[in-house]
Amino acid sequence: MSEQPWPLWEVFIRSKQGLDHKHAGSLHAADAQMAIENARDVYTRRMEGVSIWVVESRHIHASNPGEAAAFYDPANDKVYRHPTFYDLPDELKHM
Amino acid sequence: MHPNPSLTDSCLHLADDALILGHRNSEWTGHGPILEQDIALSNIALDLIGQARNFYQYAATLKADGSTEDSLAYLRDGWDFKNCLLVEQVNGDWAKTVLRQFFFSAHQYFLYERLQESKDETLAAISEKAFKEVAYHLRWSSEWVIRLGDGTDESHRRMEKAVDELWKFTGELFLPAPYEAQLAKEGYGVDLLSVQPLWKEKVNEIFAEATLTIPVEEEGKETWMQTGGKAGRHTEHLGYLLAEMQFLQRAYPGGEW
Repeated sequence: MSEQPWPLWEVFIRSKQGLDHKHAGSLHAADAQMAIENARDVYTRRMEGVSIWVVESRHIHASNPGEAAAFYDPANDKVYRHPTFYDLPDELKHM
Repeated sequence: MHPNPSLTDSCLHLADDALILGHRNSEWTGHGPILEQDIALSNIALDLIGQARNFYQYAATLKADGSTEDSLAYLRDGWDFKNCLLVEQVNGDWAKTVLRQFFFSAHQYFLYERLQESKDETLAAISEKAFKEVAYHLRWSSEWVIRLGDGTDESHRRMEKAVDELWKFTGELFLPAPYEAQLAKEGYGVDLLSVQPLWKEKVNEIFAEATLTIPVEEEGKETWMQTGGKAGRHTEHLGYLLAEMQFLQRAYPGGEW
């Protein structure tokens, strides 16, 4: 067996109807080419997609769950940031 | 339908090739080196078994003697099987498995490419569908041959050993059985001699990248090739494979899920 395990990759798949690539899962591969082939075999065998992106997991930087309160709670009481907050005059069409 | 024994035999040969290699590959299911490659090879196994089903179904129609795809796969004996010797060889290590796949996929690639132009519409249709699958098998197996051949000392050594073990079974791929020669003459089949240089070119290209060499008997003399599979004369490995593959139908005739 190899001494070094293959790195982890995150896989993003765009479905036939989809406009954007969505996170499908992760897998191990020695390099980008193998990661794309593995993704094809693991994540598109039931016609899930027509396009694949892969990125090595170590290149993904994530927000810290411990900071969730500071990050997201302040948005809770800002209803005026939603367009539905505003009453539109009846004369305004096509909105 | 007018009876054409060459067409029936050729269908059986193509079906047997695909079924036996599909079965061999399926032996890796649950044993692959890592999950992702386990799935990759199992996918290839399923593609091949799918191809075999199409050819068996057509052969059963042509035979019109009550044969079914199942009876052709599960109830014939070793000497009835027309697969080439290459596909029945045991899996060995990963190097041997991917090299066997590469040799065979390169052969299927150029064969199906031409069979799509067969005067027989069914044969052409099956080949057209299978060709896309094989194009991926060829890409996948080429990658692995290069990766291991041009990899570490150990992977290179294992690839070389695999080449030594399998090369002698590649000549048969291009040696037409009587039914293949007849079918080619009638415009339904493919002239295998025209496929050979394309195959050789592909092997040379991938081997060059993989830093592997084609074995020779001695300076300027080609290796002696094993043959006979297409005529039902097999290596000792096929019997064991059939014993396992056919066990259920032999022990419980007509058994279904």
